[in-house]
Amino acid sequence: MALVKAFTQFVEPPSSPVTDVAQGAAPGARPPKLETVQMGFFYGLNQALRDVSLKINERAVTALIGPSGCGKSTYLRSLNRMNDIIEGTRVSGKVMLDGEDIYAKDVDVVSLRKRIGMVFQKSTPFPKSIFDNVAFGPRIAGLTDKAKLTEIVEQSLQRAALWNEAKDRLRDSAMALSGGQQQRLCIARALATSPEVLLMDEPASALDPASTSRIEDLIFELKQNYTIVIVTHNMQQAARISEVTAFFCMGRLVEVGQTKQLFTNPIQKETEDYITGRFG
Amino acid sequence: MASAGPARREQSTPSLRRTFSWQRTREQFIQGGLFCCALLSIVTTLSIIYVLVTEAIVSLPPDTSFFQEIGLVEFFSETRWTPQYAEEQRHYGILPLLCGTLLITGISGLIGLPAGLMIAIYLSEYATPRTRSLCKPMLELLAGIPTIVYGYFALKVLTPFFIVPVFKHTFGLSVGGFNALAGGIVVGIMIIPMVASLSEDVLRAVPNSLREAGYALGSTKFDVSAKIVVPSALSGILASFLLALSRSIGETMAVAIASTGQPALTLNPLDAIQTMTIFIVNVMQGEVVAGSTLEKSLYAVALVLFIITLGMNMVSQMVLARYREVYQ
Repeated sequence: MALVKAFTQFVEPPSSPVTDVAQGAAPGARPPKLETVQMGFFYGLNQALRDVSLKINERAVTALIGPSGCGKSTYLRSLNRMNDIIEGTRVSGKVMLDGEDIYAKDVDVVSLRKRIGMVFQKSTPFPKSIFDNVAFGPRIAGLTDKAKLTEIVEQSLQRAALWNEAKDRLRDSAMALSGGQQQRLCIARALATSPEVLLMDEPASALDPASTSRIEDLIFELKQNYTIVIVTHNMQQAARISEVTAFFCMGRLVEVGQTKQLFTNPIQKETEDYITGRFG
Repeated sequence: MASAGPARREQSTPSLRRTFSWQRTREQFIQGGLFCCALLSIVTTLSIIYVLVTEAIVSLPPDTSFFQEIGLVEFFSETRWTPQYAEEQRHYGILPLLCGTLLITGISGLIGLPAGLMIAIYLSEYATPRTRSLCKPMLELLAGIPTIVYGYFALKVLTPFFIVPVFKHTFGLSVGGFNALAGGIVVGIMIIPMVASLSEDVLRAVPNSLREAGYALGSTKFDVSAKIVVPSALSGILASFLLALSRSIGETMAVAIASTGQPALTLNPLDAIQTMTIFIVNVMQGEVVAGSTLEKSLYAVALVLFIITLGMNMVSQMVLARYREVYQ
């Protein structure tokens, strides 16, 4: 039943009044979609993140910026418990999705990851056909109805702006697509499980400028329906696409604020040094 | 260094022309020596092919090769293989030997391939580094047991304590002390380490990013292993299967001890059988008249064996080459 509900939700995405987006720009106006409270992260004895408290607004883009090794990717990956795969890692503090602690003992990681999708820096098409790539998520969730799968694949590809290029070659191998198309395929694949949150780990850093701008347009479209958290090294990109920007440095959240304000009038000296290119 | 001597004294640009140097001579000797070593394996292979072909297919007049005496049609359609019998009862049809080999290979494949693949999946996807470091030496130990020990195990343990009780006492089938099943099972166990280690290599070569992408879509560990990692490494796994099967085809000792009887055209695993390799061993142990058809039949059988294993190895190389293209 839950499955059916998930897919009807997919077919009719919740309407998104413009005010939502505007409210996303005013943190605290409504309960955050995701929230971390004094979160810490450990690789064995190494502490990679300390005391990160951050609220992530619904249907808005939150950008995480900071120098290499500052912990922003680690932070992103701990939001859908991807770091569980790595041996010897540990989280302290709280990570809440809609007010529920995702690191609680009785949480089912598999269903958590269905609600929080992820797109990686390197595009990772499976060596299967385009159709099978997009249908992968719904299939492992147990959907076998061919018509329903076809519908989901079409909608996901349309949302990822890949439908026109891919509709005549759904049966071809996904490996035959270009780099930018492969990344959009990965976004479509993540959308096919109808997640509520989309985590993106430098999704455009390996792409040429044209493909990058297509991905940015896509993110702009997607935030109507999804909560997006994006890690980026490209500060112009963060400024272009996000409502809220969080600056990480040395495993700490240094500053978080409205993107416009953070880039034009940062409070912390460290933030200013970084965004003006004095270090990092 | 020696050649730089005179040029350096003049303080002008050093000459590029070669002069005699011991260093270069030594390099040439080393290169030549290494080339000879490489040549040795090629020469050996070519001479084996030469001997097989001249004894089996064509020889200079007088026409004395095997296939100049026995037609190819008889060789592949006759259902009896009795070259050791009295003159008028001799038949040269390789089908019974092929059948015996097929039976052993089939049984060993049914056991060794799935078991090897599952071990590979366990080692590559599930095992912790600690478990892996304990399991791998165990597998190598399995690979290091002499094949004759496997044969003895099949004859003295497997047949009386497993096969006879199950098939004879429970199902009432007739089971001989020598049967293809016992030999096939131990050959299957023998190829497990090979399948496991070759398949594990290709499974581990699947980029981690694919596994992560799978997990991020809500896959369980089993989903990731069975629906992403194994399909991605499929051609490598197939190549390891083919190599292992070609090892089964060539396996002699264990089967000779546990399964050997008369050449028989049967697919019943409870019958005694004779394979191509065992026929060769049997004849070599007896007295063979030089130049007799019996002696030449050895070469014909050996040639068939050679072609089958060579063919399988080549196919597996081709499959592997295709696999490499996908990831580079």
